[in-house]
Amino acid sequence: MDVDFGPLGLTFKLALVTVAVLLVLSTPLAWWLAHTRSRLKPVIEAAVAMPLVLPPTVLGFYLLVLMGPNGSIGAWWVTLTGDTLTFSFSGLVIASVIYSLPFVVQPLQGAFEAVGRRPIEAAWTLGASKLDAFFSVASPMAGRGYLTAAVLGFAHTLGEFGVVLLVGGNIPGVTKVVSIAIYEHVETLNYEAAHMLSAGLLGFSFAVLVVVYAVNRRFPVHAG
Amino acid sequence: MAESISFTILRWRFMKSLYCFEIDDVSRYKPSRGDDSVCSAFAFPRPAHMFRLIILMALLAGLPAKAAPADTVAVAVAANFTEVMEALSEGFKERTGHSLRISFGSTGKLYAQIANGAPFDVFLAADQARPLRLEKEGLAVPGTRFTYAEGVLVLWSPDKTVVTGQPKKLLESAEFRHLAIANPDLAPYGRAAYETLKGLGLWSSLAPKLVRGQNIGQAFQFVATGNAELGFVALSQVMSPRNTAPGSRWEVPSPQHGPIQQDAVLLKRGDDNAAARAFLRFLRSPDSLRIIHAFGYRVSAD
Repeated sequence: MDVDFGPLGLTFKLALVTVAVLLVLSTPLAWWLAHTRSRLKPVIEAAVAMPLVLPPTVLGFYLLVLMGPNGSIGAWWVTLTGDTLTFSFSGLVIASVIYSLPFVVQPLQGAFEAVGRRPIEAAWTLGASKLDAFFSVASPMAGRGYLTAAVLGFAHTLGEFGVVLLVGGNIPGVTKVVSIAIYEHVETLNYEAAHMLSAGLLGFSFAVLVVVYAVNRRFPVHAG
Repeated sequence: MAESISFTILRWRFMKSLYCFEIDDVSRYKPSRGDDSVCSAFAFPRPAHMFRLIILMALLAGLPAKAAPADTVAVAVAANFTEVMEALSEGFKERTGHSLRISFGSTGKLYAQIANGAPFDVFLAADQARPLRLEKEGLAVPGTRFTYAEGVLVLWSPDKTVVTGQPKKLLESAEFRHLAIANPDLAPYGRAAYETLKGLGLWSSLAPKLVRGQNIGQAFQFVATGNAELGFVALSQVMSPRNTAPGSRWEVPSPQHGPIQQDAVLLKRGDDNAAARAFLRFLRSPDSLRIIHAFGYRVSAD
């Protein structure tokens, strides 16, 4: 019995990079959503939530077209790097960022809303700059939101299948993630290998969710 | 459809369960604002309603599987044969009065469904292995297997200027970023592409450029969307009326790879369904063979 665990490592790498990118991108977005009175808010909120309701195939199909060498993003990428965005690790990161966006933005937005404006405004009156107020007051208070966001984003990217299937091209070591490897094992009736990878993913995802629920319940927020 | 709706609702509840207690907890530190706006946004499907909804959906999803009177033939058909099957089913209904209930899917999945009791009378697979296996497992009627179509592998590009001249030279030059094939472990066309490249001595040198679709449909899609400049696909896909770019192609001569034979078999459930046997006879009729050939397959009468 010979099971290739390469896809497992690749999947973790993809999930880590994706979450890192998402936390950076989502913080200003979630902050804006939490505090804006703009009429555009519902539109942006809806756009962020789209990956929740769309089948991954819809997302994957559009990404395949957009990131392809004839698509707007893809053409730009080809002139920049000389390679196509589809079938590459970078392409998977972009796809995963879009796919997991609501899982990171929404918990952050919820946390920022719960923190409210008051602590920040208090910090301003004490002379803190806007950035300082955010990093010293608001973000520590939203700490649990960050934990939830990071863990959910990570776990959701681990479980990604449809989008990767459509834009990845199943290249070992580059885009062959664990869900694709499992699918392949099942299709080729290699149930033993499928079991080993599936059980690993199942156990890990369960553990992650238990941690999120437990942390959410047990530990109070140490504000500011 | 029903599945995706119920899945969405479940996901909705899951998200709610994650946010709501979190917000509740945090708001203890800020009781002034009573901030449950995030939770109330999730208030839409109440659990009791949702439970009923899910049961209703489950019932609806189960309905069509039961309704198959004797003069209806339930056929499980490999996805690559979709368009031909649509053309054939009209002729069959006209000639015999029987109607077909067709389910399309990948051969592997259809096999798994049949092995687990799915209600099909006839199975049109994309390979020979699965029908044979069903026969060995006692799920198909012995002696009813036959090859209804043979797939033709082509090297295709939507660009008219790409696949011209010596195909071997083109592949050797490797002047392309990606060459799409179907996964050789999963799809017969992928297997044939592998054998062809292996025969040309190019399998290992081209390996870094290969992108694999899970099935021949996906391999085609990679090329049609321009993500791969060319690929080994099925002639039937290139000839399909839905393909807008005939482009350029090389039909791989069949000795270059093992034949891509697609077998049909009568399943145990269809053993005493006269319409099912009539359909298998219809499939071998000269009219049907002509249609199958016109869609880009080789047939035994060729």
